[in-house]
Amino acid sequence: MSSDLAISIRGISKSFLIYHEKPHRTTMADALLSKLREVNAGAETFWALQDVSFDVPRGEALAIVGRNGAGKSTLLKILSRIMTPTRGEIDIEGRVGSLLEVGTGFHPELTGRENIFLNGAILGMRRQEIRRQFDSIVEFAEISKFLDTPVKRYSSGMYVRLAFAVAAHLSPDVLIVDEVLAVGDAKFQRKCLDKMREVATRDGRVVLFVSHNMGALGQICSRGILIDEGRVVNDAPIQEIVQGYLASGSGGAGEAILAEDVERQRQVKPAFFHRASLLSEGGMPVSEVPAREGFSVKMVYEVPQPISRLEISVRVTTAEGNPVFTALQSDALQEVFLNEQRGLFEAEAKFPALLLMPGEYALTLRAQLSGSQVYDQHDNVLPFTVTENGTSFAPYGNDHRYFGVVLHRADWVRRELDGPEVP
Amino acid sequence: MRTHIRPVRGLQSPGFAELWRYRDLFWEMAMRDVRLRYRQTVLGVAWVVLQPLLGAGILSFVFGSIAPGSTTFLVSFVGLLGWNVFSGTLLKAATSLMTNSSLVSKVFFPRLLLPFSTSVSTLIDFAVSLVMLLMILVLNGVLPGLSMLLAPLWIAIIMGCGMGIGLVCGALSVRFRDVNHILPVVLNFMLYASPVAYGLSRIPDKLRDIVVWNPLSYPLEGLRSAMLGTGTVSLETFVFAGVSSVVLLLGGIFIFKYLERDFADVI
Repeated sequence: MSSDLAISIRGISKSFLIYHEKPHRTTMADALLSKLREVNAGAETFWALQDVSFDVPRGEALAIVGRNGAGKSTLLKILSRIMTPTRGEIDIEGRVGSLLEVGTGFHPELTGRENIFLNGAILGMRRQEIRRQFDSIVEFAEISKFLDTPVKRYSSGMYVRLAFAVAAHLSPDVLIVDEVLAVGDAKFQRKCLDKMREVATRDGRVVLFVSHNMGALGQICSRGILIDEGRVVNDAPIQEIVQGYLASGSGGAGEAILAEDVERQRQVKPAFFHRASLLSEGGMPVSEVPAREGFSVKMVYEVPQPISRLEISVRVTTAEGNPVFTALQSDALQEVFLNEQRGLFEAEAKFPALLLMPGEYALTLRAQLSGSQVYDQHDNVLPFTVTENGTSFAPYGNDHRYFGVVLHRADWVRRELDGPEVP
Repeated sequence: MRTHIRPVRGLQSPGFAELWRYRDLFWEMAMRDVRLRYRQTVLGVAWVVLQPLLGAGILSFVFGSIAPGSTTFLVSFVGLLGWNVFSGTLLKAATSLMTNSSLVSKVFFPRLLLPFSTSVSTLIDFAVSLVMLLMILVLNGVLPGLSMLLAPLWIAIIMGCGMGIGLVCGALSVRFRDVNHILPVVLNFMLYASPVAYGLSRIPDKLRDIVVWNPLSYPLEGLRSAMLGTGTVSLETFVFAGVSSVVLLLGGIFIFKYLERDFADVI
């Protein structure tokens, strides 16, 4: 490995064995017997990564982009030494710090102070290092008043701030970050991005960043790697990668197939999407929506076993990946939320006319346990354009984004004030 | 510092250098277990004292009723202290991976730290009960003798056995969750099959040839002879127990290291 390289990845492949289980077994002995047979017979090899190779020079911030299940997380886990590769070799120069999840190892019963030391140690910091940075961590997290309170009493915002603050004070030579910025409020997200940029620009440091937030990737990274089905399909400057990724989001206009291997999804996911479509007022699949007309998002999802508190949500994002708003199914269908049956369902979320400013948008669809585990998520699906068809902003030209992303008409009231007469 | 990552095949060394580098994490994990154990329980430390006292009371009552004269409270109590070290070490090591599964799937650190770090809270529990035992002994007019200095060695031997088996069970439980359901049953059986509530000399001759192969038999007897001055241990049995403990521990470590490579894939 030449001396100006921080990471050299050569021919990395990773396979998993997937076990297929037959649903109908009558007796336990039957189950045991078939289990024994299946240990070898029913297993299928699935290649999550295939022959991935690239180098990262010192001082570079590299984005790793790809759809869910493309293999990004597996790659990061191999780089972090959490998983071992099936084939290939990697050399990394310097200390590696990886953040695959915010607050891993935080314990709700322990106080903020105790968790700082525990989490710091989990991330690979020495005790004296944490002690030295302690004040700075507390200040960054803005939790000094609650240091000796168990973190289970923290608000989710405080919790995330503290978790990120510890991680931000890890000062590795190679920082690996997976989608952790999807949490926290906008102000704190900006703070985190600044911190990451600071790490990235510091002498010879390397940042590997996975995110679906194309805006954030564009701000931090200079180069990107696009991964699809476990292979590197493009390695280019970040703008090219982001555009290629956004463009590849759709299937046919206004329709998207979301589950490729339904059989397998059924075994591993408590709920998952089959397909989705973006429909015009007239019910036709479209990729263009006139601003003065309503539209709807129709999803077909499956629930293999009855579960409660299943939340189906539609998030509208800008083309850069910034969220505009999220619509929750539970807001409208409370009884379904509390007691979900098993089966295949079609849900339609309707949105009114004059909601979005003309411009480019995409959707994120998610099935999750309310406020908790995400079962199935699809980012950047059904990209669509809201077209100008005579909104009040039409006279202002094409650059509608200057005015924001939401079209909202306030209730205006005006009255004349008594005062000096106008000459 | 340079990291080289490549496919893992065959037997792995335990990686003592890396374990040492992560010693701070060992302590943080150990302290977490200790803090959580004593926080939010009304009686706190009292449970650690009460549990073996009640346990020994029951054991000596039951065994004493069935076979009068076979045991005394003190014999049961010391036996139970040793047994608790064994079962505590084994159970905590065996469940440490699954209870920390989010750590295993999201962070890198030497995986052996998880089972190893649980031993600290087991030792603290033992220390608390040991103080209790010494108090009972003094109240009974038994003064601690020099033989007590051997007790730490017997405890180390017991821990080695528990940790060795616990490592294998823990590593297996990642793929086969059944392991953690079977363990309590097996341990329950072992509690009665080992000389916990009774001395080794109470076992009929024809059974003794089998019982001595239980790695716990001599250490429990040894602990009792160290603390109470009863029972029969020789240098021979000490060496036998020590060697089996080391073999179990090292075997456990190597099997754990062998299975470790797939933890993050299946957990």
